[in-house]
Amino acid sequence: MDIRLDGISHYYGETEVLRDITLDVPSGQIVCLVGPSGCGKSTLLRFIGGLERPTKGAVLQMGQPPEGCLNPLTYVFQDFALLPWRSVRGNISLVLEDHGIRGAKADKIIADVLARTKLSDFAKALPKQLSGGMKQRVAIARALAVNPAVMLMDEPLSALDSQTRELLMDDLIALWDRQPFTAVYVTHNLNEAVRLGHKIVVLSRRPGAIREVVEIDRPLTERSFADADLERTQKHLWTLMREEARAADEELLDV
Amino acid sequence: MSDATLHSAPPPAAAPNEAMEIRFRGGGFVAKPHRWMAPIVFVVLIAFIEIGTRSGFISSLTLPRPSDVLATLVQLYKSGQLFEHLVPSLTRLAVGASLGAIVGISVGVMIGLFSYVRAGLVPLVAAIFPIPKIALLPLFVIWFGIDESSKYALIAFGTFTPTVVATYGAVDNVDRSLIRMGQSFGLSWFSIVRKIVLPGAMPGILSGLRISLAIAIILLVAAEMLGAQHGIGAYILEAGSLYDLERLFAGVVILSLLGVITSGAIGLIERRVLGWRT
Repeated sequence: MDIRLDGISHYYGETEVLRDITLDVPSGQIVCLVGPSGCGKSTLLRFIGGLERPTKGAVLQMGQPPEGCLNPLTYVFQDFALLPWRSVRGNISLVLEDHGIRGAKADKIIADVLARTKLSDFAKALPKQLSGGMKQRVAIARALAVNPAVMLMDEPLSALDSQTRELLMDDLIALWDRQPFTAVYVTHNLNEAVRLGHKIVVLSRRPGAIREVVEIDRPLTERSFADADLERTQKHLWTLMREEARAADEELLDV
Repeated sequence: MSDATLHSAPPPAAAPNEAMEIRFRGGGFVAKPHRWMAPIVFVVLIAFIEIGTRSGFISSLTLPRPSDVLATLVQLYKSGQLFEHLVPSLTRLAVGASLGAIVGISVGVMIGLFSYVRAGLVPLVAAIFPIPKIALLPLFVIWFGIDESSKYALIAFGTFTPTVVATYGAVDNVDRSLIRMGQSFGLSWFSIVRKIVLPGAMPGILSGLRISLAIAIILLVAAEMLGAQHGIGAYILEAGSLYDLERLFAGVVILSLLGVITSGAIGLIERRVLGWRT
């Protein structure tokens, strides 16, 4: 199942936040959205998952989601959004219960996703007992449990320290390698973008418009920690964004 | 602040190159548990009154002797009168307070969830909150009759308003990002309310209940003072009109204990239900 963004523009009152965004998200690929803060990249992600409606344009679903897909468009949030009163297992079963999946069938799915995210030993733990990296792995396990056609990741690693971020990037690459998934990945971290993105979409400052789309052909598994080519791409992205990031930083907020 | 300790006099000025330990200045301003402090305060206070009344510098008209109050309590228990008063009081408290709390929580959740209900009921609740409910007892007697039901109604009405306010505040405070998460996973409206909103509002609802139950005890006594044969309020009123200080204080002690027990019970529920809190 592909996703197509068709001429999306958006206004908050008088302020134009997004201008004429047209973009294809092909299945099996990770598309990274980068841009200076306040360029509307998270808003765009909320349009894709149907949590908000754009002023103009539409998000189109091309084709049917694959068989066994419970929640085609599934988010992974920056703040994890785990229910603190439910255990790791309970947090995952939460999203299955509404689809009538309980008992042995649910146990099988939960055991599978916990194994894939290396959390099998922590099924009974409460979120307050887990580190930030572990919490995000639970959130990723929860997203995998509903077998999404497209994962919508809103700065999933931004709340983590840089070492945990490295580890989780490796985990995401391993997950994708085992079973390629489609994802739209919003980040402000260019290193994450060049490590995880097949396609990197650079948005300009408000009103956010597509400035450039950079494609990286090298397979995810071959992108290592300090790769010279990737460094070059990252530098190119930074030169694209540098001035705008500075301008965005100096902007006064009037919200 | 209570933990502030007296620091020893500042060390003498050191020679320029001499090693000197950095003075610790991070103490105090942290609440630490001191289990033995509360019993000590109680014991000292009661001992002071006991000694005062025995030696005579507190006249027996001002305060009863604590040992006499205890003797009255024991006698009350032995004669079986204790339960004659306690059982009707507890029944009124249980029926009235649970009625008020259940209706209050339901209305509070509705206000939190539906903006039309909020717009309609929040001003109404604000209008009835400051009314002294005891002033309405004559009205309740006419509406519900002189017997138990007017007392239930008074207590229920008194617990209702603080519960409503606490509950809708608690629903408002539920983390919006969790609700958004529920929506993004396609959970039904009912599931979001039951599995995300209600558990998330639980801490606020329980702390509101603590206040509501204290108000319920106050209203219980007020209702019983205005018209009841039995009950702790009636017992206190009778003792007061005879200026029987021992019995008056025995009744007051029972009320205090009731307050401590309900507050302890809620603490117990909080520890069981809200173990997930950090």
